[in-house]
Amino acid sequence: MNPDRDGTVYTETIVYSPPEQYAADAPYQIAIIDLSNGERVTVRVLGKNADERVYIGDRVTFVEDKNGVAYYKRAD
Amino acid sequence: MDVILKYMRPVAVIGIGKTAFGAFPDRDLRSLAVEAIRHAMDDTVIAPLEVQAFYLGNFAGPSFVGQNHLAPYVGTAAGFEAIPCTRIEDACASSGSAFFHAWQSVAAGIYDVVAVAGVEKMTSQTTPRVTEILAGAGDMSGEGRAGATFPALFAMIARRHMYQYGTTREHLAAVAVKNHANGAKNPLAHMRKVITLEQAMAGKPISDPLTVYDCSLISDGAAAVILVPLDQAKRYTSRFARVLAVAQTSDHVALDTKKDITEFPAVRSAGEKAYQMAGLRPGEIDFAELHDCFTIAEIVASEDLGFVEKGQGGPFAAGGCSAIGGPKPINTSGGLKSKGHPVGATGVGQICDIVMQLRGDAGERQVARHRIGLAQNLGGSGATCVVTILEGAQ
Repeated sequence: MNPDRDGTVYTETIVYSPPEQYAADAPYQIAIIDLSNGERVTVRVLGKNADERVYIGDRVTFVEDKNGVAYYKRAD
Repeated sequence: MDVILKYMRPVAVIGIGKTAFGAFPDRDLRSLAVEAIRHAMDDTVIAPLEVQAFYLGNFAGPSFVGQNHLAPYVGTAAGFEAIPCTRIEDACASSGSAFFHAWQSVAAGIYDVVAVAGVEKMTSQTTPRVTEILAGAGDMSGEGRAGATFPALFAMIARRHMYQYGTTREHLAAVAVKNHANGAKNPLAHMRKVITLEQAMAGKPISDPLTVYDCSLISDGAAAVILVPLDQAKRYTSRFARVLAVAQTSDHVALDTKKDITEFPAVRSAGEKAYQMAGLRPGEIDFAELHDCFTIAEIVASEDLGFVEKGQGGPFAAGGCSAIGGPKPINTSGGLKSKGHPVGATGVGQICDIVMQLRGDAGERQVARHRIGLAQNLGGSGATCVVTILEGAQ
């Protein structure tokens, strides 16, 4: 966990038609989030259930970096 | 800008040629491009040996069909001999960019007869592979790695547009319904199918909130035009179109570098430059071909080009303002949505469609006022934009 990397959802989508390399992950959610330091980044959001998805304005927490991708989940 | 323009020659499009857009398993990239170039040369009675330079727009031939060095590969097959043949790649704006560079070379007095073509052969790959190749027009170190496809990038734009301006799913669907209605009447369109609002709303989800009916088609196809200086155009044809303006601008490739993703700075700047060059206001454009790679893209472009106030592009489309009988017909060809989107061919294809309307040759799709048309060709999620304004021969 790294609170400096927590952020707010600026926009999001659920990808149902993935590129070849992420075929096994679909459907998955990605989001552009605003970090507290003003940076804006594109990240993957964890969770496949309706109650885990995030919407514009939701707070999200950094979970981990894996293969160069930052994974986030909805902040409780 | 003004200083340079003072020395430039006015330019005309004297010949246009297109293949049908669609899925053509028996056709290769080169034969499609050559067919379009031959149609353009026949349209104006130009022989291949009269052509002094050739520009080819193509996005991803090396990835889609495993062929590189495409400009001489196509140019020699079209009969061009010992002339500069140059391929230009600017994602989905590749042939708009090729047109811009060809126009510059004629306007600057370097050549008198230049051929421009665009081509893409996409349907020999699976949809996941095509999705991956297209994602390469985004920033593969950031958004691409996170899993952003092109539908995903435009879905995120749509989400934000809905949030900021109250744009609805119905507004998006209305763009698809209109463009399919137009494309159904275009003999060269990929998907000649009328759809209902209900169908468009209930389409298979691709990237929420976009359904399959919000996305342009994966197509094969080619388009070509011939350019000469305006003062020589009448030698060849009375059916030329004058190029009033062409402007190409750029912006960051990654969507997350933009402050407000509901507008494209490159579209705004290309539009402003083109209007300034042509001495026209948005209200003086009779009709337009806008880059509707996704339904939301047409909505945003109609705003960025000043056809409608910011945020009002959805109601503008849903209210029939951009229909063939409306005050500002948009995508009378069917757009990328129904006509098809062989990405490298799209920019020049739009210019061919504009010239058809200027000539009064658009059949049952013909618009009533057709003196001045505008084409807007977008690369990636707004990193390249080319805006062209054309005027019919009086």
